Amino acid sequence: MSAAVGDVPVAAGSGESDVSHVRREQWRELRKSKTFLVGATILAFWIVCAIVGYRVVPHTPFEQDLLRTNASPSTAHWFGTDQIGRDVFARVITGVRVVLVVAFLATVLGTVLGTALGLLTGYLRGWVDEAISRFVDALLALPLVITAVVVIAALGPSNVTVTICIGVIFTPLIARTVRTAVIQERELDYITAARLRNESALYIMLSELLPNVLSPVMVEFTVRLGYAVFTVATLSFLGFGIPPPTPDWGDDIADNISVVAAGYWWEVLFAAGAIASLVIAVNLVADAIEKVTDE
Amino acid sequence: MAVYILKRLGLALITLWILSMIIFWVGQQLPGDPGRTILGNLATPAGVAALDHKLGVDRPIVTQYTDWVTKLAHGDMGSSYSFQAPIRPFITSALENSLKLALVAFFMCVPLAIVSGVIAALKSGEWVDRAISVFGLSLLGLPEFVSGVFLIMIFGIWLNVLPVGATPPAGADPFTQVFHLILPAIAIACVLFGYIMRMARAGTIEALNSDYTRTAVLKGLPTKTVVRRHVLRNALLPTITVVATQVGYLIGGLLVVEYLFHYNGIGSLTFKAAQAKDFPLLESTVLTIGVVYLVATLIADITYTLLNPRLRLGGDT
Repeated sequence: MSAAVGDVPVAAGSGESDVSHVRREQWRELRKSKTFLVGATILAFWIVCAIVGYRVVPHTPFEQDLLRTNASPSTAHWFGTDQIGRDVFARVITGVRVVLVVAFLATVLGTVLGTALGLLTGYLRGWVDEAISRFVDALLALPLVITAVVVIAALGPSNVTVTICIGVIFTPLIARTVRTAVIQERELDYITAARLRNESALYIMLSELLPNVLSPVMVEFTVRLGYAVFTVATLSFLGFGIPPPTPDWGDDIADNISVVAAGYWWEVLFAAGAIASLVIAVNLVADAIEKVTDE
Repeated sequence: MAVYILKRLGLALITLWILSMIIFWVGQQLPGDPGRTILGNLATPAGVAALDHKLGVDRPIVTQYTDWVTKLAHGDMGSSYSFQAPIRPFITSALENSLKLALVAFFMCVPLAIVSGVIAALKSGEWVDRAISVFGLSLLGLPEFVSGVFLIMIFGIWLNVLPVGATPPAGADPFTQVFHLILPAIAIACVLFGYIMRMARAGTIEALNSDYTRTAVLKGLPTKTVVRRHVLRNALLPTITVVATQVGYLIGGLLVVEYLFHYNGIGSLTFKAAQAKDFPLLESTVLTIGVVYLVATLIADITYTLLNPRLRLGGDT
């Protein structure tokens, strides 16, 4: 990850126009990348579903057709129906909304807090940095899912809890990357110059350092978004995520996995495929962005 | 060197101490009164208060914490609320089960991932590389329960060649035990595969572009010798040690996979404890996971330093 740091900042010292020039160049590179195009197309599909999904599906995701439970895929129900007669197609298409919204907000929260923390610890150093690093180490000793399960067990599952929980766990991870970038930047001449001009620490952090560490922040954001989708889906599957009856892939898989052995594969397969396509799409986009900023 | 190891050990202990405080504090935030949890809804408030007093949960939090840590240091993890039994036997047997599962996953995944990564690097830019890279990247993002569900459907139900439950019948021989662990192990190994493959690929590419490789090629050594003697040796040492730092992710995966495949390991024990809001048990499982992770990272760090003398004198991160 830290390798992504070296490129933009070097050019950035000499002025604002160079930064935007590099950004434009990177964007051009990105559009040429097949990995990016494939990932972005799938992601765009799911974003559209998240926005208009509820309005375009032929059945509502809640409506129960109790005479036709566990029905196999047909023209009436494209992906079949589940154990209580709900339309699987509708649940898959509308299920993306809550996953995307929660994962996105959690990542934004983690990125904002993490960048602030990384700027502070990287620029100020000293005992604050040391103390926060120890705390971060302790948190990192636990896998994300385990921390989330413990915290959500304590606070009770809700969309807000899940969002805040993932965002807060992401904070130290993002802070660590930003801190590394800031430590490399702060030794450069333009920061020394700013300090000699008597600029305040806050001003230096926000107007001098921040624009120059945006590349790693952006990479970190997309990579984390993938993890956030991963985590939200996993927590829902475990029953520690988004509470029912909101259509939600992880939850639907957990509810119906027991009847797959009876031959009702459609109740699980489509939701699993949906999760797979979404996380893979986000990862492809993240990988492409990482490559472009790395060059 | 001894100083370095002692310093790392000291840092690990400090981390562990902070971790224990975080875990204890979060455990205190769990809703519900312990006495009420054990006795149920119909108990009288007086009875609940009496049990709380007996359990010592009505004391100040600092006293409770020091008491907990002192007992832990003597190997006493306390009693579980939901099982009404000492916690330690649960942890040891769960840890043993998880270790078996993790080992099977490791042995299936690590060699394959390293070989794929090296092949991808040697064919860098060709379609083989792109196929392996995209495949690895896809696996990397796939939640374990999703790959687990796919595996159950394909191998457990449609082809019906592998058992879906991870727990073998009582008294099964080691072979049968491993056989039952294949599907859950693959589910765990998927994420690891993606990660290790990418590490191996990056390491090999770096070694391929190095001066010593160029020298070896210009010296007229056959490609095979160059790859075996110069590239692989330099590329794989860091990869192998980095593998150890992935233990944390491995344990995170265990929670989901053990739950999906009904396997009694440390992950499903944590899950049960969280569901039952049994916080003595939850604290113990989570702290155990933390210890396992810290020990693994410590070993990885020390090996890496031993193998790479250049790092020994390095100051900052």
